This record gives sequence, C-alpha cells and structure tokens, in this order.
Amino acid sequence: MTDVRYTDQHEWVRVDGDEATIGITKYAAEQLGDVVFVELPETGRKIGAGGEAAVVESVKAASDVYSPVSGEVTGNNEALTADPAQVNADPEGEAWFFKLKLADKGEVEKLMTAAQYEEFVKGL
Amino acid sequence: MADPTEVLLQTPLHALHVELGAKMVPFSGYDMPVQYPSGILKEHLHTREKAGLFDVSHMGQAFLSGADPAKALERLTPADVAGLKPGLQRYGLLLNDAGTIKDDFMFSRLIGEDALYLVVNAGTKDGDFAYIAEKLDGIAVLERRPDRALLALQGPAAGAVLERHSHGIDKLTFMKVVRCLVAGAPAIVSRSGYTGEDGFEISIEAIHAERVARALLGEPEVLPIGLGARDSLRLEAGLCLYGHDIDETTDPAEANLVWSIAKRRKMDKDFPAAEKIMDRVFNGTERRRVGIRPDGRAPAREGTEIADKSGKIVGKITSGGFGPTLNAPVAMGYVDSALATDGTELDLIVRGKPLPAKVVPMPFVPHRYRRAL
Repeated sequence: MTDVRYTDQHEWVRVDGDEATIGITKYAAEQLGDVVFVELPETGRKIGAGGEAAVVESVKAASDVYSPVSGEVTGNNEALTADPAQVNADPEGEAWFFKLKLADKGEVEKLMTAAQYEEFVKGL
Repeated sequence: MADPTEVLLQTPLHALHVELGAKMVPFSGYDMPVQYPSGILKEHLHTREKAGLFDVSHMGQAFLSGADPAKALERLTPADVAGLKPGLQRYGLLLNDAGTIKDDFMFSRLIGEDALYLVVNAGTKDGDFAYIAEKLDGIAVLERRPDRALLALQGPAAGAVLERHSHGIDKLTFMKVVRCLVAGAPAIVSRSGYTGEDGFEISIEAIHAERVARALLGEPEVLPIGLGARDSLRLEAGLCLYGHDIDETTDPAEANLVWSIAKRRKMDKDFPAAEKIMDRVFNGTERRRVGIRPDGRAPAREGTEIADKSGKIVGKITSGGFGPTLNAPVAMGYVDSALATDGTELDLIVRGKPLPAKVVPMPFVPHRYRRAL
C-alpha cells in the first residue's frame, strides 16, 4: 500500500515498501511558474531529512528542493533535465524528482497527510 | 521579503490587472503584475511573435520647460539634447557629480513645443526629479506628470494593431515621437520600447488608460504582459536594468554606454565629471559590462560570481536568467577588462560549482526596431 505525505516546504513523498519517491507539489509548481531548469541528486548520495537534494528554477528564480526523509538516492527522473516543463504539467505524477531507499520509515509518519497539507496551503 | 506595512501605490490599470488574473507583486513601491495566467514563458514568446501590452505607468513622466530646457538638461547628461530635432526621442544617462550613473532615461522634443518630455525609471523617479529640480533651479522648470499613464505595445504586430486605433501611426519610425489620438484619447506616442522588438510607448491621461488598454487588449494579436516577461525580454535584448546592470557605482565607460555620449559633448567636455569619464573612455576601465552565455541549461542569476579559468574571481553577474527565445540561459555582468572580449571562456560559480560560460556579443536576440528606410 502506498502513502503520500507532504512537507511545509511543498515536497511530496510517496512511500512504497522501503522506497520513497519525491517531488514538488502542484501548489509549489504554480507558485514557481514556468520551470526551465532542474538539477537532480546523483544516485548513491546519502541525504538527511530536510537536506538540500535538488534545485528547481523558473524563469524568475531558483528554489531548493529538500528531501522530506533521510536515505540513499536510488534514482532520479532524468526526463525532467531534458524537459523541465513537465514539472508544471504533472508535478504530482510523471514529474517526480528522485527516489530514495528509506533510512527510517518512522520519519514519514511525522509528515503531513494530504488533508493536513490541503489545510496548510489554505492558510498561506 | 516585502514589507507588509508598506502601502503600495497602484497604477490606473490596477483593477484591470486583477480582473485579468495577474499575479501582483510589490515593485518600486507599486503593486504590479509580474505575470498573467498564461505565464512568463508564453508572455515572452507571444511578445516576440505577435504583440504584448505592458503597463509601465509606474515610470516617471515629466516636462522640462524654461528658456532653454535642452541646454539646462545638458548640465546633467552627456547626451545631445540641444541637437535633438522636433519629433525625435533619445536615450540618455543622468549623471551625478562624480560621473556615475544616477539613472537612465528617455527624452523627447515634441513637434511645436518648447518643453522636453522625460521618462525616467520607477524606482528612481523621486530622486531623479528632486535632483533635476534642484540642479536646474532657476534655469528650467520641472513639471511632474503623475496624472499620466504609460502603456507599451511591443512586438512585430504592434504597428498593425496600433494603426487600427491611431490612423497613420504605423508610418512613425524608430525613436520618433508624436502627439496623436489613440482610441480617441490624446496621447504622446513614441516608436520605442524595452524588449528589442518593434513597438510603441503610449503616454495618455490616467482617466483614459483603462479604456485604451481594453481597446488594445481586444485585438486578437495582443496579450497582457507582466514584469516577469518584461525583464526576460529586455535581458535578451541586452538592455540595462537600472539598479542592477548600472547604478551609482558604475560609469558610462565601464557600462559600455559610451555610445550615449554625443560627439559634441565628448569634445566640449561639459557634462558632470567629463574629464574623468573621457579619461576612462580613452584609457580604459578596470572592468567592463559584457554579455555572457552559460553552457548547459542552468541559469546564472544576479550576484553570481564570475571566475577566470584559473579560478580567480574576475567579476559578477548583474542580470541573469533564462532566455525563452533562445531556450537557454543568458546573463550580463562585469568582468576584468582584459577578459571583456567575445569568446573569452569563463566559469560562473553557481551553487558553489564552476559552470563553463563564454563572453558573447549583445544583444542575445537581434533587435527588430522599425528603422527609417
């Protein structure tokens, strides 16, 4: 069973067994505007929860993407490097950023559920 | 961060921007549209392909009158103001006493009128106008015109579009200016702009602004364009943004704006710090403004350090981002003059990593002004 959780930095994480898939939320993609560049973490890199993992740049500005959970990078979505506009087209689907092998499954539980994130965004 | 207690001014088109779904941001003390729902990329490309309408009413408009306003203004700028023929507009630098750049501005001599019409930058207008009024006190009289709005219609379709609302306007060529009617409203129209495209700047009384803007937006070729695309368009056009590429720490020589110093003025050396500036024009400056193309796709933003191939820091990016027309990053900045030649290989220090880049000629996208035949 998969579970999607959210951070207050507007990342989502989808957990499947001990694998986490991470991307940015639709809200974040809308705030950024047209995405023109994505820098992804290399496979094998170990990242702590809240650590800088990727960079996403729109026409106007650069933003860091933080890893919601700690683990080792097992893959990244190279299609985004070639076509960064996918981030605007399908941020919570096809345009995932990277995958991690989870170091601590308990970390996921601390993140916001979809309903909590929705409330959080409403308050912004 | 924007100061939440700051009371932002609004242009006469504010309600229209909100109605059109613009994302509004604080800019130079005004609540301005940074983009509309179509987004910066589409707005940028649409302006290059058809036509875009920009609200630039936040900029400062004024008339300078007196016995000889041209001669008076020449005390503050190295441009040829006295030689400006009626019906023409020109670009000028406003210099402080030290010869560095207080602002850049446009000035026009309208046909049959003695006063000069000035347009200065939004963020600097209060300081500029106070400076001009103080320096020219007793010689010329400055009349600010906050009652006027300013629209820019830019892009290859601009001429055909504006012709429908101002008969005969398409005959105007680049840097010419005329008083005429636009959609029935009395206007000052110049064929100029800040995108590198053919286009017009249209000054009208604020009370007519919304009606004229709606008339132009009603044309199938025209989309509203926000400040985001205005910035990416002017960057591709290689044009300076005041407060970024030029400011009171830069002089005309290092900013590569010597072309705006008229020949007569160079000989007469009668503008602020003329001796010093001409010495720098002839003997060179330590640094120069150049165009830079990063390899790869990562944009280098303002403030990015520039290194030579040995790793020594040799300058800084002053404007940088993504050029939608080129589908690639573009930047401009200052480098040691020895490296300011086209083709020089450099590194841009982006997030701590050196990214290879080259010095290239500007504009990055060719200008398409409607010059006289």
